[in-house]
Amino acid sequence: MGKVAIIGVGQSPFVRQYPGSIRELAFEAFKDAMVDARLTTEQIDASVVCSAPEYDKQRSPAGVFAEYLGLNPQPTFYVETLCSSSSTGLRLAYSLVASGLHDVVAVLGFQKMSEISSSESQERMGRGADIQWESPFGTMMPAYYAMYAQAHMATYGTSPDDLALIRVKAATYGQINELAVYRKPVTFDMFTDPESRMTGPVASPLRVGDCCANADGSSCVIVASEEKARAWCDKPVWILGLGAATASVNLAGRDLFTGLAVAKEAARQAYGMAGVGPADIDVAEVHDCFTIAELMAYENLGFAQPGEGPELIRSKATYKEGEIPVNVDGGLLSKGHPIGATGGSQIRTIVLQLRGEAGDMQVRDPAIGLVHNIGGVGLYGNVTILGR
Amino acid sequence: MAKRELDTRFSKFGTVSFTATTKVNDFIDHLEDGRVTGTRCAGCGTRFFPPRSDCFKCLDSEMEWFDVSGTGKLVTYSRLQYAPVGFEGDLPYCIALLDYGDYKVFGRIADSVAAEDIQVGMAMKTVVNRLENGQLNYVFEKAE
Repeated sequence: MGKVAIIGVGQSPFVRQYPGSIRELAFEAFKDAMVDARLTTEQIDASVVCSAPEYDKQRSPAGVFAEYLGLNPQPTFYVETLCSSSSTGLRLAYSLVASGLHDVVAVLGFQKMSEISSSESQERMGRGADIQWESPFGTMMPAYYAMYAQAHMATYGTSPDDLALIRVKAATYGQINELAVYRKPVTFDMFTDPESRMTGPVASPLRVGDCCANADGSSCVIVASEEKARAWCDKPVWILGLGAATASVNLAGRDLFTGLAVAKEAARQAYGMAGVGPADIDVAEVHDCFTIAELMAYENLGFAQPGEGPELIRSKATYKEGEIPVNVDGGLLSKGHPIGATGGSQIRTIVLQLRGEAGDMQVRDPAIGLVHNIGGVGLYGNVTILGR
Repeated sequence: MAKRELDTRFSKFGTVSFTATTKVNDFIDHLEDGRVTGTRCAGCGTRFFPPRSDCFKCLDSEMEWFDVSGTGKLVTYSRLQYAPVGFEGDLPYCIALLDYGDYKVFGRIADSVAAEDIQVGMAMKTVVNRLENGQLNYVFEKAE
């Protein structure tokens, strides 16, 4: 089986309200990736479209995009694993290419969340959990992650201040990411000021500053066989490892509440396939939909021992100049989180880092990068390891 | 032939139910009787909460009901001060998870438990609760 590469990446700006339709939103990332890869549409053998349902009215968006992007009559597929949809799309594209069925596959992630209100969006996301047994209690994503934060605090003595440090780091890089929705500075002092928006209550112990924002956006990753990658691309980035896992949808079916079992399992698979370990990772993108999620990712990916994640952020080890830079594009906390587009955006960041094209966000000479992308509250976990 | 009436008892569960029909609808009758119940597989004895009508271990669908009784340990919780659409009237409220050893129960902490009294690890019991809108759920109270 030959190697599989990423030969093009693209992303739309992530914005509060995209002034166009979903097909137009998808076009932005697609064009960006096609220009990056210097391809024409007839060179794309198939497409994979990724989003979470019920934000916009379109059913079966894959067929709609295939027409709008000039990808008829090639086949297309729709995949969905909530917030990790486009990492799952990458996994599907990898298997389509590795099997020899297709040579070049475009993975398109998108979400237009602004079609509904914020509280409607919370209700939709809450229904990405157990609608029969949990949603009737009034659940939503921040509250579920807050339960993990509460358990981490009770078990390890982690504090709201540690979580605030994660947000401060995110904003450090969000300010220099032109595609991010939140680009204002965030200081630690804002988390001690009851008048600051950052300390607004959401679901204890998480506050407004601990949560990422909804956004509209799209991403595109173009995957190719080794033969095509070597022929068409100067700087292919190779997919070295893929891991994917699931867990009980109802929290009552789980055993771990200080971390995400799916992330640990997906990481184990990805490290094994790539033949590397946590110490080999030069730059990482982790799914920081909430500050606690980044902290747990440090531990679940093996960058820190269980309970020692807070030390990484206190010592700034996950800043750009640190031992293991994490989310130096601002993360979901700054970029915003257009559900289906998020994984592709994370992959794009790591591809640009490995090519040395990340501009002001560039980490010094990385050879191996990692993407951690979670769907729901640890319902789906995906870890992808990329290398030059 | 008369049209068979659909059994939609489960639409009574919680502030807003998103499910009307399930094979474990008797759960609602048990709530009406003041009981919170799970299911036990008649084949392998595995206990399930929330109740299930099918056992994934032995692929058997013969289930018996059991009562959630005694006390569980509070695993974790969160107090919501922002709610999804449909739940605004309940604010503020706490969602939580109790560990009974063999199984865990996801639900709400009773409004009567003061925020400052809630501690991870504390013993709590699960009791049936009738909501103001006539719906039924269950909540966790401090164990005596």
